[in-house]
Amino acid sequence: MSDLLQVTDATFDNEIVKSDIPAVVDFWAEWCGPCKMVAPVLEELAKEYKGKIKIAKLNVDENRQTPGKFGIRNIPTLIFFKNGAVSQTIIGAHPKSYIDGELKKLL
Amino acid sequence: MEDLIIIGGGPAGLTAGLYAARAKLKTLLLERLAPGGQILTTDWVENYPGFPEGVSGYDLVDKMKRQAEKFGLTIESQEVQRLELTAEKKMVFTDSRTIETKALIIASGAAPQKLGIEGEGLFTGKGVSYCATCDGPFFRDQAVAVIGGGDTAVEEAVYLARFASRVYLVHRRDKLRAVQLIQERARSEPKMHFIWDTIAVKIVGDTGVKGLDLKNLKTGEMKHLPVEGVFVFIGYVPNSSLVKGILPLDEWGFIKTDNDMETEIPGVFAAGDVRSKALRQVATAVGEGATAAYMAERFLERVKDNI
Repeated sequence: MSDLLQVTDATFDNEIVKSDIPAVVDFWAEWCGPCKMVAPVLEELAKEYKGKIKIAKLNVDENRQTPGKFGIRNIPTLIFFKNGAVSQTIIGAHPKSYIDGELKKLL
Repeated sequence: MEDLIIIGGGPAGLTAGLYAARAKLKTLLLERLAPGGQILTTDWVENYPGFPEGVSGYDLVDKMKRQAEKFGLTIESQEVQRLELTAEKKMVFTDSRTIETKALIIASGAAPQKLGIEGEGLFTGKGVSYCATCDGPFFRDQAVAVIGGGDTAVEEAVYLARFASRVYLVHRRDKLRAVQLIQERARSEPKMHFIWDTIAVKIVGDTGVKGLDLKNLKTGEMKHLPVEGVFVFIGYVPNSSLVKGILPLDEWGFIKTDNDMETEIPGVFAAGDVRSKALRQVATAVGEGATAAYMAERFLERVKDNI
């Protein structure tokens, strides 16, 4: 079973903004090839950071409000949240080591 | 110790991996993300033979990956950080380990060239994009500009017309370089507007892109174009920084090889977009990948005979 959490417009506030641990959301869509390069990396990281950082995916095609709120115009985009506030944004597909380094800063 | 390490999991690397796996070489393919490469940014591939209806970039590369894995290719998600290459010894340093290999194929690909103008970095993610299939749907009923005049620029401009209200194609020359078929499609698209002999000098906006400052190269005239998206397709830069100072590169940084894909260092090969050549296509990448793997096999036989 995947450790990656799926969030929607309806669950975003409760799962991410009000999360008691830091959270990272991957904004993606089925049509986006580079998003598919990032997905397996996030699966691995979700396992490694289980219980410490919540790692989630939000499908921008099925959920239009949240991407609009954060001004998402490129995917993949990763947004990092700490205590409900945005602490970092990563645009585009980046290697695991880079994302891992940014995750460490959240702890 | 590996027989062969392949750096890069796009069409060139995956084809090299397929041939090497079938030759029963102990082969490891290293990819910094998941396999795919630049073809993943292509919505629909129409010029790869064998697919008369076309094929999505993702499906094509996913099939290549599964085909290579079926014959036993090992693919690992690791980023190569440094190389030490001589005829006698080849060392690959990744973010997690150090591996010695007898032969090496560099198929690390290329990345989109940036404009290098004011506002580009600031608005990346806020309206500046290098991938129309990823970001096109965010620009529904908005005006966008595409910079460039080659195959990719014109093809992606036509693709963007599906979503955008207007697509301005800004090109520094007075005619396109794209193949005729793609040019005809662009000309028959009512949302397309061509701006010739013009370069972008500045991207402006507030929380997102609001426009583009343009300069006409023939008249020197400056003009502001209100757009909410800027898509940049002005060519590619090779992912060759790993071998800078180790292997001879051409003036743009692409790796020089002979006709057998071999570089100046025996046993080190290059294939695909990172190689110095005239045409960068999936169709050329796979042929080079196959050749590189075959020549790597021949190299390994030669080395073995000498021991």
